[in-house]
Amino acid sequence: MSVSVRIPTILRTYTGGAAEVAGEGGTLREVLAKLDADFPGIGARILDESGKIRRFVNVYVGEEDVRFSAGLDTSTPEGAQISVIPAVAGG
Amino acid sequence: MALSTDFGPATALSCRECGTRFDVGPNFACIECFGPLEVAYEFGNVTRADIESGPTNIWRYRGLLPVPDDVATKPNLQPGWTKLVKADNLAGELGMRSLYVKDDSGNPTHSFKDRVVAIAVEAARNFGFSTLSCSSTGNLAGAVGAAAARAGLDSCVFVPANLEEAKIVVASVYGGRLVGIDGTYDEVNRFCSELIGDELGEKWGFVNVNLRPYYAEGSKTLAYEIAEQLGWRIPDQIVIPVASGSQLTKIDKGFKELIRLGLVEEKEYRIFAAQATGCAPVSAAYKAGHDVVQPVRPDTIAKSLAIGNPADGPYVLDIARRTGGAVEDVSDREIVAAVRLLARTEGVFAETAGGVVLGVTQKLLENGKLDPDAETVILNTGEGLKTLDAVSAEARPAAVIRPSLDAFRTAFAN
Repeated sequence: MSVSVRIPTILRTYTGGAAEVAGEGGTLREVLAKLDADFPGIGARILDESGKIRRFVNVYVGEEDVRFSAGLDTSTPEGAQISVIPAVAGG
Repeated sequence: MALSTDFGPATALSCRECGTRFDVGPNFACIECFGPLEVAYEFGNVTRADIESGPTNIWRYRGLLPVPDDVATKPNLQPGWTKLVKADNLAGELGMRSLYVKDDSGNPTHSFKDRVVAIAVEAARNFGFSTLSCSSTGNLAGAVGAAAARAGLDSCVFVPANLEEAKIVVASVYGGRLVGIDGTYDEVNRFCSELIGDELGEKWGFVNVNLRPYYAEGSKTLAYEIAEQLGWRIPDQIVIPVASGSQLTKIDKGFKELIRLGLVEEKEYRIFAAQATGCAPVSAAYKAGHDVVQPVRPDTIAKSLAIGNPADGPYVLDIARRTGGAVEDVSDREIVAAVRLLARTEGVFAETAGGVVLGVTQKLLENGKLDPDAETVILNTGEGLKTLDAVSAEARPAAVIRPSLDAFRTAFAN
C-alpha cells in the first residue's frame, strides 16, 4: 500500500527537511520499517529499544490515534495519511 | 536577526526524560526522545524579604521564573496573588481540621490560565513572535486573547466548537481570532501540533506547544503563593485538578524549589489528583497500576478538564505515587453537588473543575486516603459564571411573586 507520512519538525533532519514523505506497507509497523530503510535512524526516534511507540510520540493513521486501534498492527490502507506528532503539547 | 533575549535565571532547556540539554529557544520536545523540555535555572540568592517586598502578583516570584527582571513594568495582565480562603465552614461539614481553598477564579480572566500565559507572553516577546496562539478547552483561549491584547500582539486561538457559551464569548471579546473546530480538544491539539510545522503557523507562539516549557512554569506560582500565604509553609496535602497534568507537575516542582532554596522547611507533602469520571485516563491508569496512560474520548460537564490524551499524565502518576497521594475521579452528578456545596459553605462559586476537586476531596476522605486532621489545600482553578449550565437547572428562584407582603407571606407561609 502506498501511503503518505507527515514528519514532525524535529525529525525533518532525517528527511532532508521534507514535511511529508511517501511510504509503503500494509500495517503501521511495515510503514515505519520502510521509513527507517529510506531515512536510516528515524525509526529509533519513533520507537523505543523494545520496539514500542515511544511514550511521548503520538501516531495517527488518518484521524485515528493508533492507541485507540491496533497500535503498530493498525492497518494502513492505500492512500492513508500517517502523522507522527510529539505528544507533549497542550493543556 | 539576533534577539536581545532575557530569560532571567533560566539558563537552558532540559529534557525531563533523558536529561539532554538545549539552548533556551522556542522548542518543546527533545530531539533525542520526544520527552518534554523543561526550563533549567541557576537561581541567585532569593530571600523571603525580596519576595515579600515585590508586587502583589506573580512577578513577586520573578527571580524563580524564566522572565526578565523588569517584567513587572511590561504590559501584561499581572495575574496571581489570588485568595487562599480558610474554609472553616466547609471543613466543618467534611469533618476536617484545617482546609483552605486556593481560589484562582480571582485572576484577570477568571482562571489559573492567566498565570501560565503571562510567562508565555514574555517568551513570545523574547523570541520575536507577533501572533499568540493555543489549543484550548476554553479558559486558556480567553487568557491568551486578553494577554495578547494587553501586550499588543495578534492572537488566533483554537477551541472545540461545542464549548460553554461564556467561554466562547470570553475567548473572542478581546479582538483576536477565535476558531471553533468541529472535534474534541485532543483533535484541536493535534491540529495545532501540525499547524506549527507548517508555513501557516510560522512566527506564531503557541503558548502550550512551542512555548510550553515557559508557559508551564507559570503554574509553579500556585505553589509559591500557597506556601507564602500559609506563612512560608508547604501544606500536608493538596488536591489538584488534572487535564494535561502540567499544573500538578509544576506545583510539585515549585514546592521542591522552595525547599531547595531554603525558603520553606523541608517536609513531606502528599499530592492528590482529581479527574471527572467522564474523562479519567490518569485515574484509570493509577487504579490499574500502570505507568502509561491510555487515551480516552471525553464525555463530561467538566469541559476544562476534558483532555483525553494528557501530555503529562505519566508524571502525575509518578508524583501521586512518590508523595503517597492518589488519583481519583467523580461523576458529573457529584461535580454539580460539590460546586453547590462550595458555594453554600464558603461563598465561592467554582467552575466545574473546582467541583471535580471538591468532589474528589470528599471521595478521598470517604475512602480514607485523605487525612482529615492534616492541613489540606484544594484548588479552584476557574469561575462558576463560565459554566452556568452545569448548575442552572438546580439554582433557580425559590418563588416568583407579586411585589406584595401578602404574596410573600402566602408563598413562604410554611
